[in-house]
Amino acid sequence: MVADGILLKVKGLTKKFPGVIALDGVDIEARAGEIHGICGENGAGQSTLIKMLTGAHTPDSGTIEFDGVTYTSLDPRRAMGIGIGCIYQELNLIPHLTVAENIFLGREMYLAESLNILDRGQMNAKAAELLADLGLAVSPTARLGTLGVGHQQMIEICRAVWSNAKLIIMDEPTSSLSEKEAHDLFRVMAQMKARGVAILFISHRLDEVRDNCDTVTVMRDGRSIESFAMKERSVADIIQLMVGRSIQNKYPKEPAPHGDVILSVRNLNRKGVLHDISFDLRAGEVLGFAGLVGAGRTETARAITGADPYDSGAIEVFGKPVKIRQPLDSIDAGIAFLTENRKEQGLILIQSVAFNATIVKMHKYGKAGWLSLGRIKETARKVCAEMRLKTSGMDMLVGKLSGGNQQKVVIAKWLLSNAKIFIFDEPTRGIDVGAKVEVYKLINQLVANGAGVIIICSEMEEVMGMADRILVMHEGEITGEMTQGEATQEKIMYAASGFKQAS
Amino acid sequence: MSNDVLTNNGKLPAEKAVGKSAAMTEKLYQLGVLLSLLLLCAVMTALSPRFLTMDNLMNVASQAAVSAIVSIGMFLAILTAGIDLSVGSVLALSAMMMGIASDRWGLGPYASMLVCLGSGALLGLVNGLLLTKLRLPHPFISTLGMQKMARGIALFVTAAAPISMFPDEIQYLGNNSIGQVPVSFILVAILYVGMYFFLTRTSTGRYIYAVGGNKEAARLSGIKVNSILNLVYTISGLTAALAGLVLAGRVNAVYPLAGLDYETDAIAAVIVGGASFFGGVGSIANTIIGVLLIAVLRNGLNLLNVDSAFQTFAIGAVIVVAVAVDVLRQNVMKSGR
Repeated sequence: MVADGILLKVKGLTKKFPGVIALDGVDIEARAGEIHGICGENGAGQSTLIKMLTGAHTPDSGTIEFDGVTYTSLDPRRAMGIGIGCIYQELNLIPHLTVAENIFLGREMYLAESLNILDRGQMNAKAAELLADLGLAVSPTARLGTLGVGHQQMIEICRAVWSNAKLIIMDEPTSSLSEKEAHDLFRVMAQMKARGVAILFISHRLDEVRDNCDTVTVMRDGRSIESFAMKERSVADIIQLMVGRSIQNKYPKEPAPHGDVILSVRNLNRKGVLHDISFDLRAGEVLGFAGLVGAGRTETARAITGADPYDSGAIEVFGKPVKIRQPLDSIDAGIAFLTENRKEQGLILIQSVAFNATIVKMHKYGKAGWLSLGRIKETARKVCAEMRLKTSGMDMLVGKLSGGNQQKVVIAKWLLSNAKIFIFDEPTRGIDVGAKVEVYKLINQLVANGAGVIIICSEMEEVMGMADRILVMHEGEITGEMTQGEATQEKIMYAASGFKQAS
Repeated sequence: MSNDVLTNNGKLPAEKAVGKSAAMTEKLYQLGVLLSLLLLCAVMTALSPRFLTMDNLMNVASQAAVSAIVSIGMFLAILTAGIDLSVGSVLALSAMMMGIASDRWGLGPYASMLVCLGSGALLGLVNGLLLTKLRLPHPFISTLGMQKMARGIALFVTAAAPISMFPDEIQYLGNNSIGQVPVSFILVAILYVGMYFFLTRTSTGRYIYAVGGNKEAARLSGIKVNSILNLVYTISGLTAALAGLVLAGRVNAVYPLAGLDYETDAIAAVIVGGASFFGGVGSIANTIIGVLLIAVLRNGLNLLNVDSAFQTFAIGAVIVVAVAVDVLRQNVMKSGR
């Protein structure tokens, strides 16, 4: 151990990519037994910093001092070897293997190592112990693929705990967790901290940073702006440092006048998934869906939009019954579905901004079957300009954009589909504070223009901040309904835990 | 190739700051394929005095014509992250059906040709339906099955005997010239130009790229993914049949073992031409360069009297190298940010 308990000392770390300076002389110090938050807007350099620490990229200059040894660069094997572990935003697990097999993948326990005979019994027992530590009611022998995304992420965390890393980097670990799961995670983080592990906690959720971090470093434009003890500063200070200006209102909600019912869902059922879902959405209304991960909110949206089939139920759009068998039917009815996984379900990353923005019913940008490429580009340029999309051009590959800008391309796509009903599933997941506010403002604009908006979000504060009315789901059922004025975190949690409202 | 927004085909415009390295890699790759072709031609010219003769070049080109047509369908299949292993057999069976229609059923030449194309399209559609309706896990399986089934039928229907002596109309595509230019060249040119515009200027064409790039995102954007896949495999069957028609005209016969191993050359041509096995990336214009490269390679090895065993080895090696390069290229594109 080094003097002052400093485990990690990053000094003057710089990385240039052609045309951009991703990191520009970053300095960070992390002590053993502390949770060190790293905050910054997307593209501020956190991802590149992680890649240097895990050895995925080589720095151009600067040093990484870890546990008393100074390195000018790391490779993945060495980083792991010296005790740097990382939990990535995207899951790196194997769905067909069991939970225990995933936890011990690459670090298996053997009955007889030379004969390559695994000790399944011991691994399952140890896995059960780790799971119990995390407060997870999951069997070690369950197939990983049968778990929800939230649980899967917790398994990833078990892996890191098991690897005995001295420094654990967590890149947006709570982005797919429900509040309860996130709570469990923080408990485990505190345990690890008590054992002397240092944690680099990268999160866009500043309340989590505030509540759990000892020290915070704010990054902006590839530089480390300032490091300070969290107890000396407020969230507002962090935001100000992140954006270089102060954001007045986190949820700039502007209520719009409500009109007729434009979407009416009655007794929607899907065996084992959805049970008698009924609700109405009015023009000008923002309807929030709250609930824990796996409560059936996404599944409701997927059934309404034809992404998944449903067994029974009636859907009316603008007063007309519609039969939705495939996504095209819901698009024709005027419904847009902005999925929670932009990269997997929302975008074609290897195609251009213009291509992605105009993909819905592309034939309308042409005559007699021939597309007008000029019109496509111009249409995309216009809508992207309205949304202040930061891109070097309409030809830019979407995969090269930041998360917030990718989300804007998804929104652009659905604006151009002429939808009047927008279903946003976790619209601000993994995007930075500034871009979040822009998404909220866009939602305001949509309802001001008479559209109806459904937002599904796991951040309670967000759903309470943006929705006029909140529906709470639990295990495929709607268990609570409240207006913005009535809603409190306690009421939502109560309903989300399966206690039906007395009505 | 135009610089249009909707024809990026995996290329990045040069002026981009971010991801410039990926753009460079892409451009270098395309240049590399073209240079390889020229280099190969230069080497062959140096090694064999016969290479750069009119007769030989015509021979290369007419062989390439059949492969070029087959490669169109293969390109589309690979563009959707699939593959069509049945093209050689579909070519043979469609041509045999034409022979039977003309020789045994006494149909006229045009009706016989329609039987050929119709058979190919139908077999291709079956490939598509096996994938989309029966939900076989990957077109590798469905088209491998079709490869054997179609070949089996082709051998069975004539008890493995060839059929020859076709009317002039049937021979026209494979055997005639307009002035100095063989009709098959003109056909290839029309098909490639047509396919280029279809892929870049129609929504259906763009949707093929979309399905190859991300099936789920395409589906949720209202694209009928299954219809697109059915169409792609139908076109692949159709182009295989058309290639069979050209081949039958050239040799004035159809035989059940025609087109054996053609899928290998077509896969090699498409991959060398820069289409990605991961789907969604590729350009039909580069496919023709890939076709020529493979054709020159085969011709050159023939001229040099290289054992056919080595030719087989060489084509296999070309596929492995091209796919390895594709993997590297995709990695560079992904790590651009």
